[in-house]
Amino acid sequence: MHVDTIAAISTPMGEGAIAIVRLSGDEAIQIADRIFRSPSGKKLAKEPSHTIHYGHLADPATGEIVEEVMVSLMKAPKTFTREDVVEVNCHGGLVAVNRVLQLVLKEGARLAEPGEFTKRAFLNGRVDLSQAEAVMDLIRAKTDRAMNVALNQMEGKLSRLIGELRQALLETLAQVEVNIDYPEYDDVEEVTIPLMIEKGTWVRDEIDKLLQTSSQGKILREGLSTVIIGRPNVGKSSLLNSLVQENKAIVTDIAGTTRDIIEEYVNVRGVPLRLVDTAGIRETEDIVERIGVERSRQVLKEADLILLVLNGSEALTIEDERLFEAVSGMDMIVVINKTDLPQKIDMQKVKELAGNGRVVTTSLLKDEGVDELEEAIAGLFFEGNLEAGDFTYVSNARHIALLHHARAAIEDAIGAAEAGVPVDMIQIDVTRTWEILGEIIGDTVQESLINQLFAQFCLGK
Amino acid sequence: MPKYEAGTFDVIVIGAGHAGVEAALAAAKMGASTLVLTMNLDMIAFMPCNPSLGGPAKGIVVREIDALGGAMGKVIDKTHIQMRMLNTGKGPAVRALRAQADKVLYQQEMKRLLEEQENLTLHQGVVEELIVENDEVTGVITQVGAIYHAKTVIVTTGTFLRGEIIIGDLKYSSGPNNQMPSIRLADSIRELGFDMVRFKTGTPPRINSNTIDYSKTEIQPGDDVPRAFSYETTEFIMDQLPCWLTYTSPKTHEIINENLHLSPMYSGMIKGKGPRYCPSIEDKIVRFADKSRHQIFLEPEGRNTKEVYVQGLSTSLPEHVQKRLIESVPGLEKAEMMRAGYAIEYDAIVPTQLWPTLETKKIRNLYTAGQLNGTSGYEEAAAQGIMAGINAAARVLGKEECILGRADAYIGVLIDDLVTKGTSEPYRLLTSRAEYRLLLRHDNADLRLTEIGHELGLISEERYQAYVIKKQQIEEEVDRLRQVTIKPNEQVQEIIRETEGTEIREPMKAADLLKRPEMKYDQIERIVPPTEKLSAEVEEQVEIFIKYEGYIEKSMQQVEKMKKMENKKIPEDIDYHAISGIATEAKMMLSEVRPLSIAQASRISGVNPADISILLVYIEQGRIAKISG
Repeated sequence: MHVDTIAAISTPMGEGAIAIVRLSGDEAIQIADRIFRSPSGKKLAKEPSHTIHYGHLADPATGEIVEEVMVSLMKAPKTFTREDVVEVNCHGGLVAVNRVLQLVLKEGARLAEPGEFTKRAFLNGRVDLSQAEAVMDLIRAKTDRAMNVALNQMEGKLSRLIGELRQALLETLAQVEVNIDYPEYDDVEEVTIPLMIEKGTWVRDEIDKLLQTSSQGKILREGLSTVIIGRPNVGKSSLLNSLVQENKAIVTDIAGTTRDIIEEYVNVRGVPLRLVDTAGIRETEDIVERIGVERSRQVLKEADLILLVLNGSEALTIEDERLFEAVSGMDMIVVINKTDLPQKIDMQKVKELAGNGRVVTTSLLKDEGVDELEEAIAGLFFEGNLEAGDFTYVSNARHIALLHHARAAIEDAIGAAEAGVPVDMIQIDVTRTWEILGEIIGDTVQESLINQLFAQFCLGK
Repeated sequence: MPKYEAGTFDVIVIGAGHAGVEAALAAAKMGASTLVLTMNLDMIAFMPCNPSLGGPAKGIVVREIDALGGAMGKVIDKTHIQMRMLNTGKGPAVRALRAQADKVLYQQEMKRLLEEQENLTLHQGVVEELIVENDEVTGVITQVGAIYHAKTVIVTTGTFLRGEIIIGDLKYSSGPNNQMPSIRLADSIRELGFDMVRFKTGTPPRINSNTIDYSKTEIQPGDDVPRAFSYETTEFIMDQLPCWLTYTSPKTHEIINENLHLSPMYSGMIKGKGPRYCPSIEDKIVRFADKSRHQIFLEPEGRNTKEVYVQGLSTSLPEHVQKRLIESVPGLEKAEMMRAGYAIEYDAIVPTQLWPTLETKKIRNLYTAGQLNGTSGYEEAAAQGIMAGINAAARVLGKEECILGRADAYIGVLIDDLVTKGTSEPYRLLTSRAEYRLLLRHDNADLRLTEIGHELGLISEERYQAYVIKKQQIEEEVDRLRQVTIKPNEQVQEIIRETEGTEIREPMKAADLLKRPEMKYDQIERIVPPTEKLSAEVEEQVEIFIKYEGYIEKSMQQVEKMKKMENKKIPEDIDYHAISGIATEAKMMLSEVRPLSIAQASRISGVNPADISILLVYIEQGRIAKISG
């Protein structure tokens, strides 16, 4: 609801030299103070309103410096939302800004819902009446979109994993509840402290695994590693340019990289892609030979997704087939280009070679088929069909923040159990864990505990 | 039937079951002239099912009723045959008291209270019709044509509305325990346009104690220490009767499986929705086929009777099958069945038609409480009764209405659940229904509610003063333990070793030492004694407060968040269908429930956070429009 502290990236993704992460709410300054390190050691809470401060952000858990920032401090009520507002100015680009956002979420802020800053501004009397309808439209439109994404993810692997964790917690909780509500019911084993510790530890470890993939994974920090391969002149560069132009490159040629590999960062329908095109491969005569080069092999090995480009106006060649062999077993989308020319390619054969990979046709020259390709990429991502590399299903900042909260809650439960706190107290944190995990998949109905209770046990007079 | 004018009252209560008696006593005590009409004066506060009160959640409700000045706790304290504290091995949040009642004594004592209550008229009569003018109730008409006028009417008719008893293939119109059913009144309520549902519940057979072989059962005695529900009770019953535990046998299961076709539950004769938490023995054996035996508790129905309630054997099988069932249970081989078990179907009101005050939305000044509202259990009924009585009297006396929140009391949870979510089966309170159960403890019901009871005029000045002193003593002692330092000397280490704890190395605050799981107030008290020995109740509060401070704090924070939403009121005249953007299902649910606050709206099933956001914006827009227009 609108009493807690919210945060979001307030600048458009990927453009400009700086980006802003904005916090608003009762705890905005407190949260900022937990992560902000000023050279003079000053605390924002003690600074006057409407001032700007230089310093670094550090992760309080590890002490690691995350970003060099300028922090604007605006105390209520003279702010956009009429709440305390802190704006963190950090370096632009997906990597930096996401790390800052993650950090504030981990420290207790909640990811803002679409339009929520405006909503708060309105509810606190800051925005005038004429803007009300616009706010409602905004909430509605963006929620619908978010819901669609959520639905896609529901069917995905993350939701299955979370579902399993929740079911395990629910069964334990139901057992605790039966012990409490039916103390004389002799059939249910008393839930013991060791059992709570055992279950709790298992859940914590599973959450850790998920979080690990999220923090190591390339998706958020670096995007989904996507390699475009194909014989010369099939349209690889056009494909790259087309994706980049349509989606605007987020980062071009990351500073500090010494590799001669060109990487373009694009955001395709919400999926961050790191398009990798090996400079060497691009101009070579014998692509297959070049793949033999160690580094290119490496690039292929690390790829999460392959875009294999074929020329539709020519028959399949040996090289094409060898390319298929080189990437067999990987997630791929086959792009048959040049549909504007008379088609000579054996579609049947392509589909055979592609196996489970999807096949789309394009005419990059005429700018046709790119939409379908983008849909195929987004589809792969949101349906959870990507398995390659260290791809992680935990890709969204909200999920990661919730997983951190869930972890903290289950950690509290384990700690309490080890300290000998009574079961019904430990249960408070176990329930919280269950609820937080439910938020990830959008399900926190209290009734399900009671249903579980009566489904699992035979109770009554 | 010629009609006659029979009198005018502030409040009329129809029914004198557990809801009715609390409603009437509360209203009369607040100063409203109150009439109780009951079909049968000998059946006041009758317990048609199990002879017990309390238990987890329910026991806390009894304490809450008492803290509000209600009668249930006081009466059971005087009339029980056994009391036990349950869940003593667990944390303080889930401890609960349960009493086995002497049913007859309980009724007599409750009747006496009603008879002695000022402003209260007790009369035997069967109400057949509610008088309603312009959607406002103004009185009732009884079977004999008596017209009673009233400013408010509270209906507490339990399972009597079109009640039907079912035993095997026998089905007949009846209230519980072969009392007269209420048919005309049910019609009158339907004609007013209320949505009704058909619910079902049941009760097990009763047997003669003299015919039980107790040697084949396990004894279940009461607690040795004196226990009481009421904060005012000073005399404790120490002469207790035990209950007994036995189990179903393979033979029991065989008989049931063989005779399932005779069960009205399975033959399709019973249509009503029964509660999951109170299944019949048929249900248990069918649904949990892998369980080799089920518990059977033998509970005496009183001191002056041989009747024993067979808990765990609720059934609506034909009487001859019930007889064989009983005889298949170890210890009951020769038992004589005195009354057969039965199922009962009845009409209940869909409770989303009520405001949180328990006034109906459709008819002003008409309140409903108890099993009629779709609940089950004496305590749930009494809880609604007292709240309906308070609110009906408040209406008459021009006082503010009284709505308990989910963080105030289980009573608040119960009523909010009913009016916000409705119920698809007879509703029973469970501790898991409360979000803040750590705050809603058995031991602090007085601290939570005495203030409210006192303001309403339901708590005596004397009792209020005792409460104020207790509260102050708790606060002072908590403060003292936070300030006083314990130094690591031999006496201290000795006491710590007794608890098998680790010795302290540094001086520490007494409160911090008490936070250790193995430490009790008793030990702290020995190390740093207070100037004056405190009562056990105060000590208990101090210990709980300090020990679980972190958890209590966490719960309080959640409550604070909820309260902010609770304070965002929704105008009563809001038209949900005029708000663009709210999903259709949410519009329907919001229009039906008509929540009073944003918090309540957010608890309605089918209303999602986006709908709430839009609702918030809409309400704010209306407010601004009013100011600028």
